[in-house]
Amino acid sequence: MAAVQETIDQVKSIDVTEYKYGFVTELEVDKPAKGLTEDTVRYISARKNEPAWMLEWRLDAFRRWKTMTEPTWSRVNYPPIDYQNIYYYAAPKMGAQPKSLDEVDPAILETYKKLGIPLREQEILAGVAPENRVAVDAVFDSVSVVTTFKKELAEAGVIFCSISEAIQEHPELVKKYLATVVPVTDNYFATLNSAVFTDGSFVYIPKGVRCPMELSTYFRINEQNTGQFERTLIIAEEGSYVSYLEGCTAPKRDENQLHAAVVELIALDDAEIKYSTVQNWFPGDAEGKGGIYNFVTKRGDCRGKNSKISWTQVETGSAITWKYPSCILRGDGSRGEFYSIAVSNGMQQVDSGTKMIHLGRNTTSKIIAKGIAAGKSDSTYRGMVSAHRKATGARNFTNCDSLLIGDQCGAHTIPYIEAKTATAIFEHEATTSKIGEDQLFYCQQRGLSEEEAVALIVNGFVKEVLQQLPMEFAVEAQKLITISLEGSVG
Amino acid sequence: MAIVTPLKTAAEQVLAQQFANVKAELPGAGPVRKLREDAFAGFEAKGLPHRRLEAWRYTDLRMMLREAKPLADGNAATQAVRDRLSTLKLDGLRLVLIDGAFNAELSGLDALPEGVAVHALADALVSPREDLTRILSGPGVAEGDTGLMLNTALMRDGVLVEIAEGTELAAPIAIISLASGDEEQAIFSRSVVLAGKGVKGSIVEISESAGAKAAQINTAIVFEAGDESEIQHIRLVTRQPAETVQVLSLLATVGAHAKFDSFALICNAGTVRQQHFVRYAGEHTEVGLRGVNLLGGQEHSDVTLVVDHEVPHGTSRELFKSIIGGEGTGVFQGKVIVRQHAQKTDGSMKSNALLLNDGATMFNKPELEIFADDVVCGHGATVAQIDGEQLFYLMARGLPRPQAEALVLQAFAGEAVEFVADEALRDLIMGEVEGWLANREHTAGKAA
Repeated sequence: MAAVQETIDQVKSIDVTEYKYGFVTELEVDKPAKGLTEDTVRYISARKNEPAWMLEWRLDAFRRWKTMTEPTWSRVNYPPIDYQNIYYYAAPKMGAQPKSLDEVDPAILETYKKLGIPLREQEILAGVAPENRVAVDAVFDSVSVVTTFKKELAEAGVIFCSISEAIQEHPELVKKYLATVVPVTDNYFATLNSAVFTDGSFVYIPKGVRCPMELSTYFRINEQNTGQFERTLIIAEEGSYVSYLEGCTAPKRDENQLHAAVVELIALDDAEIKYSTVQNWFPGDAEGKGGIYNFVTKRGDCRGKNSKISWTQVETGSAITWKYPSCILRGDGSRGEFYSIAVSNGMQQVDSGTKMIHLGRNTTSKIIAKGIAAGKSDSTYRGMVSAHRKATGARNFTNCDSLLIGDQCGAHTIPYIEAKTATAIFEHEATTSKIGEDQLFYCQQRGLSEEEAVALIVNGFVKEVLQQLPMEFAVEAQKLITISLEGSVG
Repeated sequence: MAIVTPLKTAAEQVLAQQFANVKAELPGAGPVRKLREDAFAGFEAKGLPHRRLEAWRYTDLRMMLREAKPLADGNAATQAVRDRLSTLKLDGLRLVLIDGAFNAELSGLDALPEGVAVHALADALVSPREDLTRILSGPGVAEGDTGLMLNTALMRDGVLVEIAEGTELAAPIAIISLASGDEEQAIFSRSVVLAGKGVKGSIVEISESAGAKAAQINTAIVFEAGDESEIQHIRLVTRQPAETVQVLSLLATVGAHAKFDSFALICNAGTVRQQHFVRYAGEHTEVGLRGVNLLGGQEHSDVTLVVDHEVPHGTSRELFKSIIGGEGTGVFQGKVIVRQHAQKTDGSMKSNALLLNDGATMFNKPELEIFADDVVCGHGATVAQIDGEQLFYLMARGLPRPQAEALVLQAFAGEAVEFVADEALRDLIMGEVEGWLANREHTAGKAA
């Protein structure tokens, strides 16, 4: 059938042509030998000029990692990863830490320009209302290139810098909070990350401060055969608020690259953290060649009373996604939220979801997860909601929907709902369906092309989640969704 | 992942010893013997199921079976058993298993309804029909379950019921499994119901104990429902000592344009794990799996379903209601698989639980696994307490709290019971539910 062939061709073409961030920046880089030994860990620590306690911490994690086995419970398939065939550190040659943007390699600046990430504060200031400004921490392979608006943030008392810098400048905070949410041996990938993490962001919002602007980190993997191991730590003191955005891209390459990150959020009494991700790592080509393995541990700890953590994610990239941004609702009256859209196409595999662990009294959580699978992809929602015996008055609402486009893809829902207190009220609902022909017909009858109609329906389907994204990202995310689905009408 | 071979537990060692001792005398040679040996080898490789196995996550049989009891070898009917049988209000054919062994004397074999043939499974295993080993294996999704493997290896007896094409049963056929309860023992039985094309009727499965000694029970029932058949399966598991540990497997293969409905009531039964494996063998088939679990004390009820939509145009409905008091634990694990070619599947799965007091626990895991795009599948799961507003409404109209609670709970359970088509059976079930509610001492005592 001609139409079917046409569809196949279209689907084939999208991942290759539409991934517009797939270019490579040619740079001279510093890297150690391939592979992972204690020497690699020492090399990374030395390159970052870390204090002895940090090196010990890393080595301890590495020794533990060697005794662990890779988890296999998730619904993804991939050939065994050769951990000795990866570069664990790659830094563009820049001499000493650049003091201003003028010292940064122009090729890197050019990269960010192409990606549309503003690194020069003046450029941002021109023509943008002050309240819409975004401070950016740009991480390129293993190092943070630049962090903008640091001075202005410092005036408000906010610390926003790369984690390497925080280890140097604020060791007391790092020591106090690092690995208190995701323990070193939490899981295989988190332990690996603890041993070899290179860069990431550190945010500290002091008591009572509402962060004056959006904070964001932009992760870029550039080098071949290189893994990226980022570590982010966000601490919101009593009564503070911060909104943090994260974006990621990588060049098109034939081999799979590993990205194993750990993100820890800590919200104290009455604090609120809003964490948004637009994940657009290279998904691999139509045959499933190349692409990023995204094995990420993200967890927030609502440690204080009435604290709130909300995760919003738009997942369109990565060959394999394995991530479960979670909330530990420890403080009485704390609240966790999870909004997610996972769009998969081609040969992508997504196994994602969340955990809401209710420990404190009168804690509430809400989960809205939308999965859209097209092509030959597989999308799995895996989530857990649990209430401890003492979590009286725990309340959860979960809604996970899947939309399937084409008959080669799969959608799976694996929720765990565990209540150990009689006063908990947990509700879970999920549906799987395909785009209604009546809806399509209605739109087409009014003059929309089939593709426009699909885009419209899909946008309606995911609106609940998109509304949660900060303005700048909502627009970008909407664009991403159209890209991933273009051509999949069949 | 490294393959970890755990040391055998005491119970596993005893089971291995038991199997070695009895395998020569267990009924069936040739292919049946091989089936048993393969099953036991499979069981031995994995051991008793434990919480690290996803399908047994919430029912850790390894912990629950600290020791394996001696195998029951078919006791004669005691007076207690006869007394219990006489109190059962059931019309129609009664097939009685005592400690897992078919008792012809107590079964009304002389008055078989037309079109129905009954054999003791032990006899059927000795001179097996060609397709018996295939039938015993059940649907593919049941493969690899260690609870079932153990049953296959050690099943001693049971009944084989054949219902000829086109038969319409006037009254239900009851398979009554009674544990004598005189001594602590392990019972392994399996029954098979082969319903030909267009058969209509109800099969009632009753599991009770006549004595106070707890048994370890592992039973399986296999259904092959032919095209255009309409089969109702009703299961009552009740009046068993609290220390009972029971695994019940239901294996159903349902033909085209057929209807298969199963309903199970679990109350006062100890620890019960039900596992339903259902396969659609033909298109336009409707399957309904429903149940009510009433738990108190230390009771534990696990309902695990695997519904495999292999062909298009299948409909499945699952509805389970759990009322949990004391320190009871309810588990619902439902898995609906829709294979790539099973377009136009319509599935809906629901588990509702009410926790009556702190200490009660409910674990829900309603899974969907979908590979076809033109389907409608949904699942819902709720855990809550009795709605305060409903109670207030009833109490404002003069009902004391215990009655008001009982009424709300009765209606809650009734939503699942009402799907039982046969009125007499529905009344029987509702009677058990009401009896349980009336004897419930837990929250009623806390009446405001």
